[in-house]
Amino acid sequence: MIDHLLHGGPRYWAWLAFLCVVIAIGFGCYYYQLDYGLGVTGMSRDVSWGFYIAQFTFLVGVAASGVMVVLPYYLHHYKMFGKITIMGEFLAVAAVTMCVLFVVVDLGQPSRVLNVLLYPTLNSVMFYDIIVLSGYLLINIVVGWTMLTAESNELPPPAWVKPLIYISIPWAISIHTVTAFLYSGLPGRDYWLTAIMAPRFLASAFASGPALLILIALILRRVTSFDPGLPALRKIGTIVTYAMIVNIFFVLMEFFTGFYSQAPGHMASLQYLFFGLDGYGRLVPFMWLAAVLGIGAVIALLFQRVKQDERLFALALGAIFVATWIDKGLGLIVGGFTPNPLGDITEYAPTLPELGVTLGVYGIGFLVLTVLYKITVGVREAQLSPETAQQAATAEQASPEQLVAEAAH
Amino acid sequence: MRRLSRRQFLSIGGLVVVGASASQVMSALARDEKAPVATATIRYAMVIDPAKCAQDPTCRDCIDACHKIHNVPLFAPNAQGEETDKAHEIKWIWKATFEEAFDEQEGDNYATGGMKEQPMMLLCNHCDNPPCVRVCPTQATWKRASDGIVMMDFHRCIGCRFCMSGCPYGSRSFNFRDPRPFVQEINTSFPTRTKGVVEKCNFCEERLAQGQPPACVEACRQKALVFGNLEDPNSEAHKILAERLALRRKEHLGTRPQAYYITS
Ligand code: SF4
Repeated sequence: MIDHLLHGGPRYWAWLAFLCVVIAIGFGCYYYQLDYGLGVTGMSRDVSWGFYIAQFTFLVGVAASGVMVVLPYYLHHYKMFGKITIMGEFLAVAAVTMCVLFVVVDLGQPSRVLNVLLYPTLNSVMFYDIIVLSGYLLINIVVGWTMLTAESNELPPPAWVKPLIYISIPWAISIHTVTAFLYSGLPGRDYWLTAIMAPRFLASAFASGPALLILIALILRRVTSFDPGLPALRKIGTIVTYAMIVNIFFVLMEFFTGFYSQAPGHMASLQYLFFGLDGYGRLVPFMWLAAVLGIGAVIALLFQRVKQDERLFALALGAIFVATWIDKGLGLIVGGFTPNPLGDITEYAPTLPELGVTLGVYGIGFLVLTVLYKITVGVREAQLSPETAQQAATAEQASPEQLVAEAAH
Repeated sequence: MRRLSRRQFLSIGGLVVVGASASQVMSALARDEKAPVATATIRYAMVIDPAKCAQDPTCRDCIDACHKIHNVPLFAPNAQGEETDKAHEIKWIWKATFEEAFDEQEGDNYATGGMKEQPMMLLCNHCDNPPCVRVCPTQATWKRASDGIVMMDFHRCIGCRFCMSGCPYGSRSFNFRDPRPFVQEINTSFPTRTKGVVEKCNFCEERLAQGQPPACVEACRQKALVFGNLEDPNSEAHKILAERLALRRKEHLGTRPQAYYITS
C-alpha cells in the first residue's frame, strides 16, 4: 500500500515540497528557540502559555471530532458515512501528532520530557492527558490502518478491530474532557474555572473538526477521483451546524453568569476579550470577528440552498472553522491569563519565531495527513474503474467498513 | 523521606497503579479542610506587618537580600536596581499595592490611610493545600511533609509551566532565557538555574537547615517580617496571630496560604 505514495502528479509533489519547506522553517525557528529559550516567544510571566498550548487545545478537539463520523456509522448503521470514516480516523492521527508536538515545543526543558513517565504523578491532570492522548493516537492508527489493509485486499476486516472501534468512541470524548480538566480544575483562573468547560470544548470540537473534514473532502473530490459523496458531506454539515449552535449557546451562558452575577472574576476575562479592559483590548477585533463568522455561518447553514451550493457550503464551513479557531486557539488561553492574579494586564502577541514553529508543526501534521490520505485514495482508486468510481459517489458499494457495521447489528 | 517512598511506590506499580489507586487519588482530592497533618510538628509561616513596612516606602532591603543569595537575575535593571523587563522578570519577593495583593478585597472606598495605602510584600505563600503541587506532572514541586515548605527541584522541572497556571497568586517565575549572565554576583553556595525551568521563594530552606532565619527576615530593619512555626505556641509568629487580625490572599480558594498580613 505504501507504494501509492510514489505515484502522484506534479501537484502532489509540489504540495509535498511546499510542506517540506514549511517544516524546515519550523525546525530553524525551533532551533533558535532551543538555543535562546522560550524568551523568543511572546509569552511572559503573566501569560505563561500562548500560541502553542492554544493550538494543542484546539487540535485535541479536531482529533476528538473523528468520532462524529465513526459514531453514526458504527452505532447507528449510517451507511452514508462509509467512505469517510477512515478519513476521520486519519485526521485524528494527524491532529494528535500535532498535539504532542505542540506540547513538546512548549516545554522549557524538552530533553526532560520523560520525567513525566519516570515520576508518574496521579494527582496531575497532565499525566492522564498524556495517557488518553497516546492511547487515542494508537487506537486510530491501528483501526485506520487495519481497515485500509482489509479494503486493499478486498477482505472483511479482522474481528478484533470491532471492539477497538467501539472503545474509540468514548475514548474520543475522554481526550477532550481530560484536556478541559487541565484548565477547569485551576482555582485561580476564573475564565477557566467553569463546569461547562468540558461540554463547551466538546461542542466546539464537534463543530470545528467535522468542518475541517468536509473541507478536506471537498478538496479531495476536486483533485482526486475519491468522492465520499456530497449527501454524506451535507449530513456532516448538519452535525457541524448543531454543534456550533450548542457551542454558541454555551458561550452565551458564560456571558450571563459573568455579567448578571456581576462577580468581578467572572466578568474580567470576557470583558478583556470582547470589550477591552483598562485600555487593553488587542483581541477584541478577533473575538468579534469570531462571533460574526460563527453566528453568520450557523444562520447560513440553516438554509438548504447554502448546503446545496458547494461554494457557499465550503464558505460557511470555513467561517465556522475560523470562528472556533479564534475562540479556542487564541481567546481561550490568553483570556484565562488576562488579567493576571494581581489584576494587572500584560498583553500577549505571538512573535515571528513562535509563528514559525507553529507553522512547522502544522506542516508536519499536514504531511502526516497527506501521506495517510494519499495511501487511502490510492487504495480506492486502484479498486475502482472509472465507472464504479461514479457510483461510489452514491455510496452503493459495500466497503469492508460497511461489512463490519452490518456484522455489528 | 515521604517523597522518596512515594516515588518508589509509583514507579514499581507503573501504569497498573492508575486503576488501583483511583480511590487514593479521590481521597487526596477530597481531603478534609481541617484535617490536621498527623506527622507535622512544624508549620512554617510568614507573618507580615505592612504598617511597619510602610515606614520606609523606598526600602527594598528584603528583596535585594533574597535575590542576591538566591542568584536571581536582573535582565534590564534601572537605576534603582529594579527589573524593567517585566515580561521575563524573575522575582521571589516583591512589593505590590493593596489592590494587587487583595484584588477581591476592595474594601470600602472611603477609607483613607491604613492598610489600603501600605505596601504589600508578596512571595510564595507556601500554601497548605497548594494547587501548584497538585498540577505538577513530575513532582518537581512538592510540599515538604516535615515543615510545610513548598519545595522546588530545578533539575527535575520540565518547564511545562502548569504550576504557573495553577498558582492563584502569581508567585512563580519562569526562566525564559539563560539567567546566569544576568546574575550580578553569583553565590556559589546556592544553585543557579538553567533556562526553561520555573522557580520561586523557598522560605530559605537552605538557611533554615543551618539554623538561620530567612534572608528577607534578617534584612528587614523595620522587623516587618516575622517567620516562625505556627505549631509552636511560643513562637513569635504564633503569638502575633493569636492577638491580631490577619488577612490571607484569596482565602476562598481553599489553598490555605501561609503568608499572613496583619491589619492595622
Ligand atoms: S503561592 Fe503559588 S506557588 Fe506558592 S505554594 Fe501557593 S500555589 Fe504554590
